[in-house]
Amino acid sequence: MTPHDEPPRNPIAPTAAIPCATGRDQTVQFLEMKGITKRFPGVLANDHVDFQVRSGEIHALLGENGAGKTTLMRILYGLYQPDEGKIAINGKAVTIRSPREATALGISMVHQHFMLVPPLTVAENVILGLKSTREPWLNLGEAQERIAELGRCYGLRVDPRARVWQLSVGEQQRVEIIKALYRRAELLILDEPTAVLTPQEVQEFFTILRQMARQGQAIIFISHKLHEVTALSDRVTVLRDGQVVGTMLTSATDRQRLAQMMVGREISFQRYKDPVNKGEVALELQGVWAQGDKGLPALKGVSLTVSQGEILGLAGVAGNGQRELAEVIAGLRPATQGKVVVGQKDVTNRSPAEIIAQGMSYVPEERMRVGTIVDFSVAENAILETHGQAPLARGWFLDYQAIGRYAEKLIADFDVKTPSQDTPVRHLSGGNVQKLILARELSRSPRLLVAAQPTRGLDVGATEYIQKRLVEQRSKGTAILLISEDLDEVLALSDRVAVMYEGQVVGVMPTSEASVEELGLLMAGVKKQLPA
Amino acid sequence: MVTSWLKERPLLNDMLVSLLAVFAAFVVGAGLLVLAGADPLVAYRPLLLGAFSSRYGITETLVKATPLLLVGLGIAVAFRGGILNIGAEGQLIVGTIATTWVVLAFKGLPGPLLLLLALAAGFLGGALWGAVPGVLKAKIGANEILITIMMNQIAALLLGFLIRGPMIDAEEVAYGTGYPQSALIPEGSWLLRLPQTRLHAGLLLALLAAFLVYVFLWRTTLGYQIRVVGTNPQAARYGGISVARNLIIATCISSGLAGLAGMIEVTGVHHRLLDGISAGYGFTAIVVALFGKLHPLGIIPASFLFGALLVGADMMQRTVGIPAGLVNSIQGLVVVFVVSTEIWQRRRA
Repeated sequence: MTPHDEPPRNPIAPTAAIPCATGRDQTVQFLEMKGITKRFPGVLANDHVDFQVRSGEIHALLGENGAGKTTLMRILYGLYQPDEGKIAINGKAVTIRSPREATALGISMVHQHFMLVPPLTVAENVILGLKSTREPWLNLGEAQERIAELGRCYGLRVDPRARVWQLSVGEQQRVEIIKALYRRAELLILDEPTAVLTPQEVQEFFTILRQMARQGQAIIFISHKLHEVTALSDRVTVLRDGQVVGTMLTSATDRQRLAQMMVGREISFQRYKDPVNKGEVALELQGVWAQGDKGLPALKGVSLTVSQGEILGLAGVAGNGQRELAEVIAGLRPATQGKVVVGQKDVTNRSPAEIIAQGMSYVPEERMRVGTIVDFSVAENAILETHGQAPLARGWFLDYQAIGRYAEKLIADFDVKTPSQDTPVRHLSGGNVQKLILARELSRSPRLLVAAQPTRGLDVGATEYIQKRLVEQRSKGTAILLISEDLDEVLALSDRVAVMYEGQVVGVMPTSEASVEELGLLMAGVKKQLPA
Repeated sequence: MVTSWLKERPLLNDMLVSLLAVFAAFVVGAGLLVLAGADPLVAYRPLLLGAFSSRYGITETLVKATPLLLVGLGIAVAFRGGILNIGAEGQLIVGTIATTWVVLAFKGLPGPLLLLLALAAGFLGGALWGAVPGVLKAKIGANEILITIMMNQIAALLLGFLIRGPMIDAEEVAYGTGYPQSALIPEGSWLLRLPQTRLHAGLLLALLAAFLVYVFLWRTTLGYQIRVVGTNPQAARYGGISVARNLIIATCISSGLAGLAGMIEVTGVHHRLLDGISAGYGFTAIVVALFGKLHPLGIIPASFLFGALLVGADMMQRTVGIPAGLVNSIQGLVVVFVVSTEIWQRRRA
């Protein structure tokens, strides 16, 4: 243990000068990664990557999925060992063999999924795994004081005595950051931290990060959202195909150029909308109730309609019933009350097979856990719903030639990048997995497509592609229910927007009449649209 | 360097790792032998060479490999469908009971017909026994490991009861010896044998079954569904594949194959029902299936290897006086090493 790991011991001045003034020299190169190379079978994930972070700067790391961001950060956090290259912290060469060693060197990572224990208080979560200063007793009082202190310094307002399950997602994220600061982190890695926040929370979060940087904290900010990167960071490093395309001052660049560097070609940010041509109602929900995984009501009387030829965007902060709603429609979760009609047929609590037969396609939120069988090949995944139908099957037997041709067609039509159709899906990047799922779901020419978080975690290129295909499909006459936490996406693609809050639809409006501010208030539950 | 060369040749890599696991098991087993006061080098000689040193050794190896292969195939089908079938021992026993009962009940029929009937009886007997845990798991989520283990006990005791009561050989009763066994089955229903050995045509049937299981799992729609359910039940439900239905089908096929092994033991080897007719094949076959990577092409050599080990164990017991039970320990060690190398490989990947 380095002396840095220990909480302050001096009982007379417990709050003296910590940790607002870190006294860190902000021109100092805190981290230097040089010539980092990492190979996986058949893939060069990092190719002589140079990457530096100064104390007191917010350094954005940009890149498409599969560009090597995750690999680089895992190397930095001690989860992988580089094949070549050197890492130096404060000018001293180091080898980082585990996350524990990374923490000891002042490197902390805030994951996309929080690692908190809900029944415990904030303070208990923060000291979890640390040695107390007065073993065998906990130093809870001291911890609470220091958490309050950290909160004052950085604007990380959280009650140390509150239990984590009572906190909002934004507050839980603050607890994760406090955990890192409490451990004397000097470099904070934030992996897509804004994915779970409302627009208002994002603003507040950025203020906190800027405050932390002013105090000398180094921050690596991983994000796909270009406007966040340009709004927040001091410098940007762009990765493509495992190599550094460039590192530059954020003020010296713009979104268009960054996007181009990322994908290696021009990207258009224009919206691809043509006028709605509504057909008949493809999905109708009438007062649907359903329980969540914990047996509490997750849906409380949801009513919605989606017509053929339109995209209904369903916005909302994660965990307000969107996932449960999609599952009820797909027949994966029983409705306890209400009615689900697909086409003209009442499919409430029917089997998924029957609902699929009604022309429902579903792109699930969890593409690796639900949407695909990652150990199976691309071809075997392509036939998940249709393996029993001609020409893929003849009687009881699968026709592998027909399956091969079918898989090749999906791969070509949707630009799925895979070494071959026999490659296990596990080895594909997130964007290509999603393209495969979309290819499979759209190849059935569905009447209704439920797309849950279809572009979450995808890079700009794949996101653009998926969005384009969704709009195309709508123009072909499919009804699309687009569930997304990305408001920009909802606004860009949808013809109408609905907002979910605590298991209810709190507002529906044409996209042309919706504003980010109003949707934000609806999403936060501050406001509820009066029934028209 | 060597590891990256091997990484690109997964099949060779798997084989090497498996052999290393066996080797490691023998090394640790040698330690056990020393503890038992024996010289490992002396004891291992008959264990390793016994199976190959004579015509008897070779044919006996194949005799023991046959049920191991059939049961191992069944266990692979269950595993691929996401079911841990620990009940093959009981399913095999019920297969022997059903076969014997049917053949004795219809002994007037011509041989070939009788054999077909026996085949159906063995498979169905095992399948029905396996259907119980399968249905309970599919419908109420009952733990199949617990239920199959308990049903092993029931099957063994049922066999004991039958050959002491309702199915006991009439001659045993007449002579007053009362030895617990059933009557001999009619010769017409005996499987063809290689002269002067116990090697019987069941081996061919088992090899055919291996081919059929391969075709079933990888070439049919039902096999595809079972593999989807076993690998990712959530994706199966999402794709409109019934998890419950496929769980039940997979267990029935799995236990049917175990029952078939029972049929072959009766018609090929013992020609009647006896106590301990299974010799633990139902358990050894779990090792065989895992060692064979749950693939017919792996299970065939694995069943020969473990058949040879069983024969070698007998020889070791007879010539050196080391208890054959030690081979069980080595089998257990093989499982430990195979499983741990798999975990190790996965973590390294």
